[in-house]
Amino acid sequence: MLGVQNISRRTFLKSAGVTGALVLGANVTTGSMIGTARGQSNGSSVKPNLFVEIADDGTVTITCSRSEMGQGVRTGIPMILADEMEADWQRVKIWQAPGDETKYDPAGKDAQNTDGSRSTRHHFDVMRELGAAGRYVLEQAAAKKWGVDASEVYAKDHRLYHTGTGQWFDFGEVVDAAADIAVPTGDAAPRLKDQSQWKYIGRDMPVVDNYDMSTGGATYGADISVPGMKIAVVARPPVYRGKAKSFDATEALKVQGVEQVIEIPALSDAMPAQFRALGGIAVIGTNTWSVMEGRDRLVIEWEDGPNVRHDSGTYNDELMASARAGGLVIRDRGNVDEALGSAAQVMEAEYFVPYFIHTPMEPPVALVDATQMPVKIVSSTQAPNETRQYVAEALGIEKTDVECQVTLLGGGFGRKSKPDFACEAAILSANIGAPVRVQWTREDEIRHGYYHAASAHTLKAGLVEEGNVTAWHHSGAWPSLISLWNPVQRTGHPLEFGLGLIDTPYNQVPNIRIENGETDAMIRVGWYRSVNNIQHAFAMNCFANELAEAAGRHPVEFLLELIGDADVMDLTADGVEGHWNYGDAIEDWPIMPKRLSNVLRVVAEKSGYGKSLPAGHGLGVACHRSFHSYVGCAVHVVVREDGSLHIPQVDMAIDCGRYVNPEGVRKQMEGAAIYGHSVAMHGQITTTQGAVDQSNFHDYTITRMDDAPLDVRVHIVEDYTHLRPCGVGEPGVPPYTPALVNAIYQATGKRIRRLPIGDQLESA
Amino acid sequence: MISMKINGVSRQFHGDPDMPLLWYVRDELGLTGTKFGCGAALCGACTMHVDGEAVRSCVTAVSEADGSEVTTIEGLDAEGNHPVQRAWRAHNVPQCGYCQSGQIMSAAALLNENPDPSDEEIVDGMAGNICRCGTYQRIFAAVRTAAQEV
Ligand code: FES
Ligand code: FES
Repeated sequence: MLGVQNISRRTFLKSAGVTGALVLGANVTTGSMIGTARGQSNGSSVKPNLFVEIADDGTVTITCSRSEMGQGVRTGIPMILADEMEADWQRVKIWQAPGDETKYDPAGKDAQNTDGSRSTRHHFDVMRELGAAGRYVLEQAAAKKWGVDASEVYAKDHRLYHTGTGQWFDFGEVVDAAADIAVPTGDAAPRLKDQSQWKYIGRDMPVVDNYDMSTGGATYGADISVPGMKIAVVARPPVYRGKAKSFDATEALKVQGVEQVIEIPALSDAMPAQFRALGGIAVIGTNTWSVMEGRDRLVIEWEDGPNVRHDSGTYNDELMASARAGGLVIRDRGNVDEALGSAAQVMEAEYFVPYFIHTPMEPPVALVDATQMPVKIVSSTQAPNETRQYVAEALGIEKTDVECQVTLLGGGFGRKSKPDFACEAAILSANIGAPVRVQWTREDEIRHGYYHAASAHTLKAGLVEEGNVTAWHHSGAWPSLISLWNPVQRTGHPLEFGLGLIDTPYNQVPNIRIENGETDAMIRVGWYRSVNNIQHAFAMNCFANELAEAAGRHPVEFLLELIGDADVMDLTADGVEGHWNYGDAIEDWPIMPKRLSNVLRVVAEKSGYGKSLPAGHGLGVACHRSFHSYVGCAVHVVVREDGSLHIPQVDMAIDCGRYVNPEGVRKQMEGAAIYGHSVAMHGQITTTQGAVDQSNFHDYTITRMDDAPLDVRVHIVEDYTHLRPCGVGEPGVPPYTPALVNAIYQATGKRIRRLPIGDQLESA
Repeated sequence: MISMKINGVSRQFHGDPDMPLLWYVRDELGLTGTKFGCGAALCGACTMHVDGEAVRSCVTAVSEADGSEVTTIEGLDAEGNHPVQRAWRAHNVPQCGYCQSGQIMSAAALLNENPDPSDEEIVDGMAGNICRCGTYQRIFAAVRTAAQEV
């Protein structure tokens, strides 16, 4: 797929104090499959992708081209390369790439956009190739120095050994002889290590930023300042696509440290929101607190526009009505109506999941210097190249005239894929002629976000005498995130159907129909960790649990029977066309019911499902495939007299195919349980007359240590490790909520069908 | 004029006495280890020590710290080897890391006051600090480990 080029003569990655260095990059010849995928034009120029540098002191610097937001990517991806290269991890440094997909997207798949839990699966092979190339060049260089055949040389633990004599060189000692060695391609390409030789892949590794993160030395978006920089906060219209009619800045300008108040013009009605700045009144000054104080003193008259009718009280009912009505059939197997008609029992239930907002611990922040070319951005972004693109559009310049440096992200969860905040900083910087850092406050983040879609679900199933399910009907309605590009979008999009709905895994049910109802989007909708999988996993796992009870069956055995043990579930056999499989080929990452059943069996066993529990205790299970991974979850709950909960134990089993850093996988699962607990217990954004009601952590509650599960046991399922890597960051979240809700039912007999759980148990 | 010692260094502040310590330290002194998460004493990301006590610096006016000894994460230990920091690394606690300065400062103050906390006391003592990545299980374990050392 790609060739690796020795580009030591170039000086992209000059290390201070190092006199010579070997640099390897991958060549992407424009016009190749990769170039085409990015829409690049013709020509035969060669673009180096720089991923590893070996200095003559032996220091190996590995490029991380993905954004670190807590998922451990700055550790996991470089581990692959270091392993393949036989580098010693203690002598590896990580260099964070800026946004430049022509250099730093070696797999040519996602333009450095760090989302969709795809970094490992899209980079595993290419990082191995780059590491093998590094090893090859070093082995050749050592052979040259000794004047022996390269077949007599092998690399191990940062050294090059000569088989005959046992002599060795340190990596750094052969750099001078390595510069001219070409890396062969095709059949002659450097061999990859055998899996049995892996020394890092599959082994626990602490994250590379541990020391900095424990000493305050880690650098996030707001931690970089440049000379002459101003700080700004923006007052934004409370209603989506509203505008400032007039404003009075007199009092704001009296605050010490406030220098200017200027308007960011409202985006024209004809322009879809996408990731653009929507407009507002910016207060600019020298200190973050001063400008926040100044903003409080602005007097602004807003014009709300049509979305003022967005009121959760009525909108949520409309969503449910839309789910009941259905309309767009997206999957149709057998004949659901006939099967329901002949069923001994028809069960129905409705589920509702509200809007959520991301609340990464670090609110959005971006620094832009638009006073010179190229324009420079510093941002904690998940998408540095989209940031460049939207900033270029906002300034009316070319993307190639914009640079973006990526800091660590204080959490992302999808919010920082959307660079509206960088656009604001760019517009302000160009306007005042100074670098500007736009700081979002928590209130801004909660009130002016891209919301996880609220959704309503109606489920219906037919049971026959023997307690088997013969028909499954699920209809869902939600405002589509595609409305960001197409404001009149009223149905969902294949990209949303693919998030655990169209691929409903109950493959043994002979009649399945899945529908989608229409609705308007009256707020910015955007992806959030796990996206629509959250509501889909919730509705179907809870409904399956209700069916098991109605059928008088053991919930785990019943669920296993619905899923079955087929190798592959083929949606095309149900007439589904254009199934969106997380952007990947279905042949490479198929839907595999047996893997889902397997993780369910593992958590049932590990949690001791079926053991007798004291009154007020419950154990619930759920399982879900998302981002190609399979996760089973068992939650043990204690519901106290007053309706409050305690979670003594959670078991999570994940089959994510090939994994790199098991410690990283465990941490993601532990975090997913807690993220899921916030979703289940607290998560809820509502609107009144178009404006978001919540504003900070007092009314948008996040799970704290005193309500968090503190004993999450992670079981990494290894039966299928011959398969490709799958996602880890997101797949843990969806099964948590239904497992908890099913546990609560066992403990109390109360069915939760509407999130959040909140105080619903207080009256139980 | 307001004076205080920050990480052992004497500082004089001439600006608005109502300015929160967080923004004085971050924006005026350039010590960026202390983080902004909510601005309303709800998340703990901005936790510092004022005369040994954990405070939410986002709501603590500079004037309230007049004459005090202030310690930020940068000043907790010259080498970054406070027992709490070592325990944090031993348990591989951080995910995104953004909350961790505040978590560590809260934990250090907790153990300073109560070197042998019960499980409940750890949970109570740390419940004011939000970690959106969900590292509580490891924070809990790390505080226990650190408690054996202080
Ligand atoms: S920023 Fe001070 S408590 Fe959240
Ligand atoms: S580690 Fe990310 S918020 Fe705590």
